Amino acid sequence: MSLMSEVGQKAFNLGVPLAVHMDVTYRCNERCVHCYLDHDDHGEMTTAEIKDALDQLAEAGVFFLSFSGGEVFLRRDFFEIVEYARRLLFNVKIKTNAVMIHEKEARRIRELAVDTIQISVYSHRPEVHDAITKLPHSFERTIKAIRFLHEQGVRVTIANVLMTVNSSDHSGVQELAAELGVQYTLDPTITPMMDGDTSVLSLRIPGEELTEVFHNPALVGSQEEFCAPPKPPSEEDLEGYSCSAGHSFCYISPYGDVFPCVQFPLPTGNIRQQKFLDIWNLSPELKKVRSIQAKDLTVCSSCSHVSSCTRCPGLAYMEGSMRGPSTADCEKSFYRTGVPTANMLQQGLSKPRTLSGNPAPLIQIRPIAVPA
Amino acid sequence: MPEDCIYIARSSAIAARALAGEMMVMNSADSTFFTLNEVATAIFQAADGHTPLREIVRDRICEQFDVDSEQAQADAEQFVAELSSHGILLVSNQPLAPEAPR
Ligand code: SF4
Ligand code: SF4
Repeated sequence: MSLMSEVGQKAFNLGVPLAVHMDVTYRCNERCVHCYLDHDDHGEMTTAEIKDALDQLAEAGVFFLSFSGGEVFLRRDFFEIVEYARRLLFNVKIKTNAVMIHEKEARRIRELAVDTIQISVYSHRPEVHDAITKLPHSFERTIKAIRFLHEQGVRVTIANVLMTVNSSDHSGVQELAAELGVQYTLDPTITPMMDGDTSVLSLRIPGEELTEVFHNPALVGSQEEFCAPPKPPSEEDLEGYSCSAGHSFCYISPYGDVFPCVQFPLPTGNIRQQKFLDIWNLSPELKKVRSIQAKDLTVCSSCSHVSSCTRCPGLAYMEGSMRGPSTADCEKSFYRTGVPTANMLQQGLSKPRTLSGNPAPLIQIRPIAVPA
Repeated sequence: MPEDCIYIARSSAIAARALAGEMMVMNSADSTFFTLNEVATAIFQAADGHTPLREIVRDRICEQFDVDSEQAQADAEQFVAELSSHGILLVSNQPLAPEAPR
């Protein structure tokens, strides 16, 4: 076990919130077709409130802090917030579309010793990227920013969200990342809106295409390992917990709401009304999340995939029960290995039913005009 | 460099947090990650740039952990050399201004 995973396990066992994802705004200068956010400002935390929250997080033992949005740089005080976080010695990661990062901002990011900047790039084809972000010239501006950051020696990761419209562009984006000298990471998961609206899910790439993604060694590494049929769950697997959400990780919204994860919209408290540690230690909802072991899961406990499945309790919660299966992960498990899931077997399906209830390949609902 | 004159300060490029008595330290420049035991944590926390290492060892280590001073000094110097080679501690024979992220 690496030192990092040992530390992660220790925090998990002790119930220390080792990592926090904080969205500082939901406002954005792009209008990505797959985005799950309401971009209006409904009363974001002020600079002073965020600084107070950061003091509390440091005291609670948080080490890894990710700032995201919306577009973080739309907050004029964003550098002030990052500087404050760095003075409190957090390891800071920033997720951004980077269109507002120029040479000066890149230098400031390096001076503040930010760990990593994760930047969304949807395609190596400017017209496809811009059609997804709906911001003209966003590709050009984002790539320029990546060059500035790289020149400063800042670690950059390109995050490539795959959906119907760009599902064949991953190798192009990978090549672009290599040319720019930055890391590449793939995300084939489109998530529902925080309010449970699942309409954006129709942008998810169809399951059949996931097979191609999951069997591409350039994307998943050793295919034999990645696509191996699931091993039968052991006693230990069944006593295991899902992910770190609510155990050693949580999400804080721009309005101060605390959730187990950005993808797990179970309200647990608000830091404008309560101390962070009171929410973390006393919230009945968080206690409930922490109590769930694999053997307590309604369908998954009898599934052959349970020990290797990426089952997201947040997505399961949005589907109706945090103890239930998550259809998106059933899809991944099935198309990765070809072995039917308990969820499918229970419903008598030969392939996973999509979330919309439509067994046909997913089609995009909001048409995107991609110039030829 | 005579031992008495070693001053140590934490680099501004690091992230650090205590987890159950042990300090986690990460250097953002190369993502090297360490956990420090209690003794190393005490030295790290006292690395203010103006207290000589010998004084840190005497006041923070020998007294609190009840260890032999020569051995503690030698261990501390080795620890300081290792952390400075990873850019986590700055070492000088002059007092150093503690670095804060600018
Ligand atoms: S599995 Fe889901 S709830 Fe858990 S950390 Fe990942 S996204 Fe969050
Ligand atoms: S494949 Fe589906 S049913 Fe099986 S463990 Fe994963 S989420 Fe549960």
